[in-house]
Amino acid sequence: MTLNKETVETAENQIAFKEETLKEVGRVVAQYPEGMQKSALIRVLHLAQAEFGWLSVPVMDYVARLLHVNPVEVYEVATFYSMYDTKPAGKVKLEVCRTGPCMIEGAERIVKYIEDKLGIKDGETTSDGLFTLKTVECLGACGYAPMLQAGEKYHEHLTEAKIDELIETYRANPVANYMGMES
Amino acid sequence: MARKLLLENVHIEGINTYDVYRKNGGYRSVEKALKTMSPEDVVEEVKKSGLRGRGGAGFPTGMKWSFIAKPDGVPRHLLCNADESEPGTFKDRYLMEKIPHLLIEGMILSSFALGANQSYIYIRGEYMYVLRILEKAIAEAYANGWLGKNILGSGFDLELSVAPGAGAYICGEETALIESLEGKRGNPRMKPPFPAVKGLWQRPTVVNNVETIAAVVPIVNEGGDAYAQIGIGRSTGTKLISASGNINKPGVYEIEMNITVEEFIYSDTYCGGIKNGKKLKACVPGGSSVPILPHYLVCKTAAGQDRLMTYESLSDGGFATGSMLGSGGFIVYDEDQCIVRNTWNFARFYHHESCGQCSPCREGTGWMEKVLHRLEYGHGKMEDIDLLWDIQRKIEGNTICPLGDAAAWPVAAAIRHFREEFEWHVNEPKACLDRNYGLVAEKIFEPATA
Repeated sequence: MTLNKETVETAENQIAFKEETLKEVGRVVAQYPEGMQKSALIRVLHLAQAEFGWLSVPVMDYVARLLHVNPVEVYEVATFYSMYDTKPAGKVKLEVCRTGPCMIEGAERIVKYIEDKLGIKDGETTSDGLFTLKTVECLGACGYAPMLQAGEKYHEHLTEAKIDELIETYRANPVANYMGMES
Repeated sequence: MARKLLLENVHIEGINTYDVYRKNGGYRSVEKALKTMSPEDVVEEVKKSGLRGRGGAGFPTGMKWSFIAKPDGVPRHLLCNADESEPGTFKDRYLMEKIPHLLIEGMILSSFALGANQSYIYIRGEYMYVLRILEKAIAEAYANGWLGKNILGSGFDLELSVAPGAGAYICGEETALIESLEGKRGNPRMKPPFPAVKGLWQRPTVVNNVETIAAVVPIVNEGGDAYAQIGIGRSTGTKLISASGNINKPGVYEIEMNITVEEFIYSDTYCGGIKNGKKLKACVPGGSSVPILPHYLVCKTAAGQDRLMTYESLSDGGFATGSMLGSGGFIVYDEDQCIVRNTWNFARFYHHESCGQCSPCREGTGWMEKVLHRLEYGHGKMEDIDLLWDIQRKIEGNTICPLGDAAAWPVAAAIRHFREEFEWHVNEPKACLDRNYGLVAEKIFEPATA
């Protein structure tokens, strides 16, 4: 991970959770015994990603201070798990499952269709910053393939028509609340 | 009529809410256990039931429970493994989404049996909406006195909460799950010490699959002996099967472990046969890690006996001609599917999910993916097939956790049973680019008659 100017916390871009998010952090930390607050890290990083869009170094440093752990303990977790973005992502992430059962039911066709429709490749974000397309491994919906996840929602039995509809809906109302507080 | 023990009430309107669940006999087992049984009695019933772990390995649950260390003054923990990431498996999600209180009821019983006062459900991060369903149900259970201090005046305390992962297949391995729950990377631990001695925060810990824990509810309600009456041999009780692939009715089915594979695939009660009237080509009966079976070994064993949906029958013949029940992720392939492409897809999955701790897995999975990719895209050489065989052999058994084996087995089985299809990819480098082997193979491929 490289540090650059944009990702260094300065007096102007002070990072802090909203009041209600801090309350949620407190609730999660209280689920673990005294001194074991590091166990809350994975959940708190989800909250951070939902609130700040992605996990920049200042955001991770803030989480480290919040949970009284070393920054490196946060970095190593943030880079290990595939749901965390350590670089900016679009407001709506379209995560298409591409593993075995989804593949035989046409996941590759679905990915190609979204790529053509949005003019981006797997892993890229549209220039308006609205959509990121990402192929992911098995999401546990094999019987309802092909499928994709957007925010917390599973969209199953996908067809080209369903994707058109989906993209229209999200264009009108982008889901920013990704795995964060219950909405 | 097949009996259902877990999903019997799943279609009742509002069964995900406390009131409806309770009205339909919910939490009865907790009353019975806390008022009339000792923790040892519960363990004894589970032992009698013959219940085996439903997450994949099939280890006897009662025995696993009896291994837990009980040093004085050290808290013990029960963890529910709801990480469900094995391709082909989606039963736990279904159960938790439709009937969350069943899992909570099972957690209370199992925690009581183990003497655990603080238990966690570790759920994969992608299931965040299911986590919210569980948290709501847990709040209802607290409000109605089934969780918290001194439950039903028995003196037994239990705190229960849910923790999410964040996208890592490896966290379904129990020691990786523990690491993750401690807020770390999901790197599996060396064993021993086993979690039963040193698990979460170095305390004695038991990790059980969602379905295993849910099955404790009917076992306590009806007794271990009654549960053991269902099924055949050492495969007792019912099993949730996630059916996917080229079938008419994909979905989650609860089966008694005594039906034949043929009935499961072709009966209208279950999968309803192969989609579009096509023929069966192959089947992965227990999630992506288990060996794939060619059509002639799916419904019959090598000895010509009917193959049953049981732990023993599905593994009949060992890896030479059998497979495994695993987690019950039942993937069906029709005659048009390409085995090389499917094997490449799975190899890529394991490469992506390898935690990188052990060299044979970290390097081997990526190597297999590359070799399979070039075979699938018409750049393969005949030696590549033997190379693949060689790599998978060197991964299997040489890693800290079973992910290495899980990556090796599907490759080995595909070569063992479908070698001619790999050879066709080498011999027809152009044809394999735009056509699947299934579509051109009528001359060579004998469709199943079953």
